Amino acid sequence: MSEIILKSIKKSYTETPAVWGLDLHIEEGQFLTILGPSGCGKTTTLRLIAGLEDPDEGEIIIGDRILFSREKGIYVPPEKRQLGLIFQSYALWPHMTVAKNISLGLEEKRLPKDEIERRVSQVLQQVQLSEYRDRYPSELSGGQQQRVAVARMIAAEPIIILMDEPLSNLDAMLRVDMRAELKHLHHDLSATTVYVTHDQVEAMTLSDKIAVMMEGELRQLGTPREIYSKPADLFVARFVGSPRINIIEGRIVSETDADYFHAETLRKPVGSGLDFGVGQVIATIRPEDIHVSKTERRGWLEVLVYSVLPTGAETIVTIQKETLSLAIKLGGFTDIEMNDAIWVDFDAAKMNYYDPKTEKLLRSV
Amino acid sequence: MFASLQKRGSDLNSLKFNLAKLRYRPNIILSILFLVVFSFLVIAPLLQIIYTSLTYQSNDLRLVRDATVGDFTLYHYFRVFTGRLSRALFYKPFVNSLVVGFGVTTMAMVLGTLLAWVIVRTDVPLKRFFGAVMVIPYMMPSWVIALAWLTIFQNGRVGGTPGMLTSMFGIIPPDWVSYGLFPIVICLGLHYYSYSFLLVSGALWTIDSQLEEAGAIAGLTKPAVLRKITFPIVIPALGSAFVLTFTRSMGTFGTPALLGLPVRFFTVPTQIFASISARNFGDGFVLALVLVVMAAVAIFINSKIIGSRKSFVTMKGKGFTSKPNRLGVWRYPIAGLILLFLLMAVALPVIILAWSTLMLLPGDYSLSNMTNHFWFGGSDFMIASGQEGIFRNPGIWGGVWNSVRLGISAAVINGFLGLLIGYTVVRTRGSKLSKSLEGMSFAPYVFPSIALGAIYLGMFAKPIGPIPALYGTFALLVLIVVVKNMPFSSRSGISAILQIDPSLEDAARIQGVPWFKGFRKVIFPLATSGFIAGMLLTFITAMRELSLLILLVTPKTRVLTTIIFAYQDQDQTQHANGVTLILLFIIVIANVLVSRFYGTKSVFGLSNT
Repeated sequence: MSEIILKSIKKSYTETPAVWGLDLHIEEGQFLTILGPSGCGKTTTLRLIAGLEDPDEGEIIIGDRILFSREKGIYVPPEKRQLGLIFQSYALWPHMTVAKNISLGLEEKRLPKDEIERRVSQVLQQVQLSEYRDRYPSELSGGQQQRVAVARMIAAEPIIILMDEPLSNLDAMLRVDMRAELKHLHHDLSATTVYVTHDQVEAMTLSDKIAVMMEGELRQLGTPREIYSKPADLFVARFVGSPRINIIEGRIVSETDADYFHAETLRKPVGSGLDFGVGQVIATIRPEDIHVSKTERRGWLEVLVYSVLPTGAETIVTIQKETLSLAIKLGGFTDIEMNDAIWVDFDAAKMNYYDPKTEKLLRSV
Repeated sequence: MFASLQKRGSDLNSLKFNLAKLRYRPNIILSILFLVVFSFLVIAPLLQIIYTSLTYQSNDLRLVRDATVGDFTLYHYFRVFTGRLSRALFYKPFVNSLVVGFGVTTMAMVLGTLLAWVIVRTDVPLKRFFGAVMVIPYMMPSWVIALAWLTIFQNGRVGGTPGMLTSMFGIIPPDWVSYGLFPIVICLGLHYYSYSFLLVSGALWTIDSQLEEAGAIAGLTKPAVLRKITFPIVIPALGSAFVLTFTRSMGTFGTPALLGLPVRFFTVPTQIFASISARNFGDGFVLALVLVVMAAVAIFINSKIIGSRKSFVTMKGKGFTSKPNRLGVWRYPIAGLILLFLLMAVALPVIILAWSTLMLLPGDYSLSNMTNHFWFGGSDFMIASGQEGIFRNPGIWGGVWNSVRLGISAAVINGFLGLLIGYTVVRTRGSKLSKSLEGMSFAPYVFPSIALGAIYLGMFAKPIGPIPALYGTFALLVLIVVVKNMPFSSRSGISAILQIDPSLEDAARIQGVPWFKGFRKVIFPLATSGFIAGMLLTFITAMRELSLLILLVTPKTRVLTTIIFAYQDQDQTQHANGVTLILLFIIVIANVLVSRFYGTKSVFGLSNT
């Protein structure tokens, strides 16, 4: 049993609240990513689970064990929580060799010498660093240090794995490789994992579930797919996805056959079974959900191309028309050029509508 | 009823919670324990000073007929500040101290700043050598130069041996050259320039020479660049150096005692010594409070200056270049001048002291007068009142032993306490505990050594609760040196811990390593270099400590400095100078050993500010 339950956790530093009434249930074996901009309280949440900081209020439960509850007088220090944590800086002890870095925690468990030796060799083999066991951390590359940190963590056989932006200190190429390695590692160990990052690509690629945080609050908890296609509010919608989601202000008009969304000369059916009532709304659509035609089509919107930005695998076309400014993602290269007139159409089923005041997703009543 | 029961239950749980937490953070418990004990050792003396200064002492009964010992009175304050004797007791010494303070500070700052600029920012040859040797005066007790001065310029007017000038050349220096203000300022200036040198060179190291080049490109001449760009950047360092040098030179005892007392030139510290030696504790403590207040004001000003220093962010991560200014034809002459200065400030005093110990009759510089009696001779009642030569003198060997073990005990205790305090202060930053620990460990800084010694003499003469009477024990000397050095060791502890990324320790805890083992295996080894440097600093300070201990030593617990002072007092200059050389020798050896074993480059960094 190694599910993690956070019950109405509150934590504030001197004045500013860092985590504000957080409830989170992480199921056993799940890979959960806490995603958010810097200062949103995600690292604090991780440190609270680890026991490196204490909540002001609330309860932390792992499995069937309460680890922290001020109200019930229970405190389990980090060294007794049986967790593994990968730090952003790796936190390798610079005065100890790779092998010693791994064995220090094991010695504390009073394991027999040969068992320690066996585990050290095994984890080093697992991260392919066997020949580096007597090096010091400063003699290793960034990627190798990262792997030592992983080895040190798995040697202790933790029931929970925590990772605090573990890839942010690596260069872009290495980051992609390590992403695959971490995902594989989670698969092998099948330990409950909490991963903290501000990088939405990492969150999307690695997670079973993503918790998006902002200003100490949980904004949305869901699968990567839910987060991407049905963002709970405009903040989440903007934060996830690159290029950024398109935001269109308009209004819902009830017509004879159905409700329609109007913006400029654009008119899209809201979709069957959806009913928000009428009035001002904000619509969103992902750049890849906009269709493009170089020839005029009926009912499509005519626009001028502002810029064309090919990256190889895809091309981003941006357009502007009056108050409307859109990014469109096309596969591969395109022969559309700047200042061309093109016609665009939105995939109505992929559009989401938000309340302009609360910025929350409008769901049909 | 139910609600109150529930409340009691939650109070109990919250207690249970805090206890459970404390169990895993022994450093908090240790720090609180330290705070309690240390408050007693620091605040009690201060209260004692104030109390004593406000009550009649047994000594006052001779002068005030109807006084009862222990009664409240402002008598001492009137006596010191407005009474018939106030001129002699307070105003003259105070003015003298101010004049000494300003004189020394001016001299030290001009010297230190010039030397720092030349060594850091120009292409003068032998830079590294100069940089290393420049801090030697700081290692020596401040009064070594005063001893050497006396050996040269003493004029025999107040009795005792005439100096070299008189005996070799027949020149009798006038009083103002031999004693009093002039030599005090010169000798202290030659010692305290090292503060300005360290602080200013530290600031100069951070100047990107592109700033100066930018000035040159903007059309400024070399002196204008210095005046308009370089100088403003080092102003905060200069401010700190001023405050530090001024308070130190106002509060110092050894040099004014050696050079001032023979002609009754009193400064506040020597007047405190005189009052307390005459058992006029009330007067002495009022004067001590004057120094305490002045030191407190200086610390306040200094912290303001250091606070505003943050506005000069000169150190850039990238593109940092330090291109020396060219001295041109002046390169070698200036190097020569520095060499000459070092010769005078460092080499000459030592040579003179050494030479004087080899003369049978003081003042006779002929070869036939040379003797090794003062080093190796047996007891001869014709010479030096029957004192054995230094190497055969059990009293001196006892002093060596006492000084060394005092230095080592203080270094070890201060080192560990400093690290523990540094750890707790840094890791609980922002909490009340952190602030009070930092403040309290810095508090002894305001006590003039001589006053602190006097209080401890009074406080520990009789048992206090479970603590036996410590007067006359070696433990008391260790205690007072530890207390006096706490500001520096906690500072160096704090800076050592600041350099250790907290995640290294967090990682240990996550890996299941309990606090104490984590401290021993991770924090301690990583803090070692700063830690060892701090310990060496404490060792050296303890070895050269005079005014703190002079009232507390007994024949059994004499240390080298008090032995030197006693010999000098009895005009046995050969012995005094010889023992001084031994003291210097031990300090140098300790320095060499430590830098050999630990590779610590500069022990005398800015941590001592």
